[in-house]
Amino acid sequence: MSVNRPFTRAQRTTIVNGMLAFVLMLVVLQLWLLTATMNAYLGGDHSVIWPAAGVSLACLLLNAGLLRYLYRLERTRK
Amino acid sequence: MTEQGREPLDVRIDSAAREGLTGTAPASIYRPLLDAEQVTVAPDGRPVEMQPAWRTDFPIDWPQDQYVERRDFMKFMVLTSLAFTVGQFWIAVRDWWRSRRHLTSGTRLASISDVPVGAARTFAYPTEHDPCVLVRPTAQTLVAYSQKCTHLSCAVLPQVTDGVIRCPCHEGLFDLATGRPIAGPPRRPLSLVRLDIRGDEIFATGVEDRTV
Repeated sequence: MSVNRPFTRAQRTTIVNGMLAFVLMLVVLQLWLLTATMNAYLGGDHSVIWPAAGVSLACLLLNAGLLRYLYRLERTRK
Repeated sequence: MTEQGREPLDVRIDSAAREGLTGTAPASIYRPLLDAEQVTVAPDGRPVEMQPAWRTDFPIDWPQDQYVERRDFMKFMVLTSLAFTVGQFWIAVRDWWRSRRHLTSGTRLASISDVPVGAARTFAYPTEHDPCVLVRPTAQTLVAYSQKCTHLSCAVLPQVTDGVIRCPCHEGLFDLATGRPIAGPPRRPLSLVRLDIRGDEIFATGVEDRTV
């Protein structure tokens, strides 16, 4: 029989640490993407602009998904 | 109240203390225990009695503080992620807008007879802030480039007899036939203005920014 027990604070802290590690990696990737795209755009190379925008959007969606999970964790605690 | 501090159990099945329970235990034993997470823990983990006086006045729940700060930092990072995505799409929209601006059905520049062989004339395209130069190296050839040097945007000057376009600021040289850099600091070709000859008239139909 499975019991849906809310996570303890220590467990939630561990989960948030893990999610934060993912979010930080994705944000650093986005920063690199932005600088590389700006460099290419100012250099007249237009081929990378839309693919880079798509990848950046995908990173944002992943981050937003993780944030949504965080809010769900908070809700189940109450 | 009894001496043990507990209320005597009303044995009636519908009593308020039993709250519908069918057993004989009072409802209070089903109440959840005090949440351990609400108990303040000092940073060194020792009990409250062993803490300095100032900490009693300003208690810090260290694990809770860690949890909240990481949670809020994560929210801030997601906002940062949103800002980067907005920046990325801002570049994309700007690029799309610029490429749209360059799509025109044709802007009349001059008549072929207005440009003698070996001569050049300047014009502004696609806006009045984009100086360009139209050159006729041979009777059969017409080329047009942006007049901004790709090094530091000085105005370049065609030297038709030498077959080059020269930037006087830093002695940059571009090939007149292709607009590609051949000497000096510029590394990228001049932007090419696409031309369309309709009868005796010369029309500009677009600008091509190039990297190689």
